[in-house]
Amino acid sequence: MAFLRVKGLDAWYGKTQVLFGCDIALDQGGVIAVLGANGAGKTTLLRALSGMVRRQGDVILDGAAADQLSPEAVVRLGVAHVPEGRGTFARLTVEENLRLAAIIRKDTAGVRRDFARVYEYFPRLHERRSQQAGTLSGGEQQMLAIGRALMLAPKLMLLDEPSFGLAPQIRRDIFLILKDISRSSNVSMLVVEQNAALALDLASHAYLLETGRIVLSGTTDSFLADDTVRRTYLGY
Amino acid sequence: MELLLQQIMAGLATGGIYACFALAVVMIYQAIDHFNFAQGEMAMFSTYIAWQLMAWGLSFWLAFGLTFVFSLAMGAFLYLVVLKPVQNASALSQIVAFIALMCIFNSLAGTIWDYSVKPFPSPFPETAFFGALVTGHDLGMIAVTLIMLAGVFYFFKFSTLGLAMRAAAQNPESAQLCGVRVQMMTALGWALAAAIGSVAGMMVAYKVFLEPNMMYSIILYGFAAAIVGGLDSPAGAVAGGFLLGVVENLTGVYVPGGSELKLTFALLLIVVVLMFKPTGLFGHRVVKRV
Repeated sequence: MAFLRVKGLDAWYGKTQVLFGCDIALDQGGVIAVLGANGAGKTTLLRALSGMVRRQGDVILDGAAADQLSPEAVVRLGVAHVPEGRGTFARLTVEENLRLAAIIRKDTAGVRRDFARVYEYFPRLHERRSQQAGTLSGGEQQMLAIGRALMLAPKLMLLDEPSFGLAPQIRRDIFLILKDISRSSNVSMLVVEQNAALALDLASHAYLLETGRIVLSGTTDSFLADDTVRRTYLGY
Repeated sequence: MELLLQQIMAGLATGGIYACFALAVVMIYQAIDHFNFAQGEMAMFSTYIAWQLMAWGLSFWLAFGLTFVFSLAMGAFLYLVVLKPVQNASALSQIVAFIALMCIFNSLAGTIWDYSVKPFPSPFPETAFFGALVTGHDLGMIAVTLIMLAGVFYFFKFSTLGLAMRAAAQNPESAQLCGVRVQMMTALGWALAAAIGSVAGMMVAYKVFLEPNMMYSIILYGFAAAIVGGLDSPAGAVAGGFLLGVVENLTGVYVPGGSELKLTFALLLIVVVLMFKPTGLFGHRVVKRV
């Protein structure tokens, strides 16, 4: 039974339709990658899933219909959306950023555990915990965005270009940590990436989005074996 | 020397008025990331409600409490009905909405209660201190301001609700993704700002008397105090209010022709502070990477 099942999803930005009949399935604890060029609709797909744009179609999340819910309600179903641009609260401290992401939780002990876990993954955030988050570097803000997502104790993480604008070393570190999170805590992940190599390494299944339609789907191995995908998105 | 001390005390007493309003200004700024130019008139309107309740025979503190609750509701209502529809419009359109609200409240109060000046009672004893320059009311007002300051400070610094409200104002979209109900936070911010303003109005009305235009100069000082102290710092805003009161008063006494120049000197103080510390005396510098 899939944790997330999307059938015939359309989505709009204002009056412009961006997504056309997308089908996606994601198992509990699974990781899928969505590849595509700029403007293919990757970000819109994530925003449609978390209810931030107008959409139509079936979205079943953990057995519940989620296609009519507000973003605040989708979060409460256990979805953590790490947005494009990282969504930093610049004038809150690092610690307040993390505290904020836990406000919908009631399990104080679990929250304390997750604080420790985030600081263990990202010692840099611990060093800077009382600093204004706006002063962090791009890589640190990405760490903070993932940290906030973890503080939500999510069942599903939607990651929008986690490698965007990062130095190669930090990019690798972040993907290693994502891999560890996915292995150790049974969180499902949907990763949208321009950097196909990183995303395919993390995921088990992949989808290719072209001008708002899913044109290819399959295991990452089948993607790596596909000549067109390799030439267009992997560059070799 | 004794005169100086007396004048400083008198300055603090006036400063208490400004501090009260500055606190309301900071509250709304934290909640919506904007000024609300109608804040003074909203407070004036609330004060009329209190006056009306007392005219019907209620005691001061009962009227105070009911007015506080009324103002909470009024603030939330105004946001949901008037400002929510324009919240995605440009800053300029929003300012126009604020100014419209200001005019509406002003005429509304004038229509309901007419424009004559009305006395407003004080709940504090009449005793005078420091050569009659500071009254029991002044001290009571300062105490009320400090109590509110403590409340606002605690709310933003330690309460989860305060944290959610700051987040909602700073980055509404990201706040939603953390599960914050952004609309509700903004409505609550309006409610609290209106309530704090109403307390300020009820404290001030005894000194300036009740009439529809009572807030014109005070709200200007309130904005000034908040800017001097730092818009994101409740304590700074209150300190700014007291500072402004003292500077204004000392200018009036010690500078030849100063009583005419009070306002000029007070505003000069803002310019000087902002020249050397653009975020206000207690404001936090916002650092952004690009």
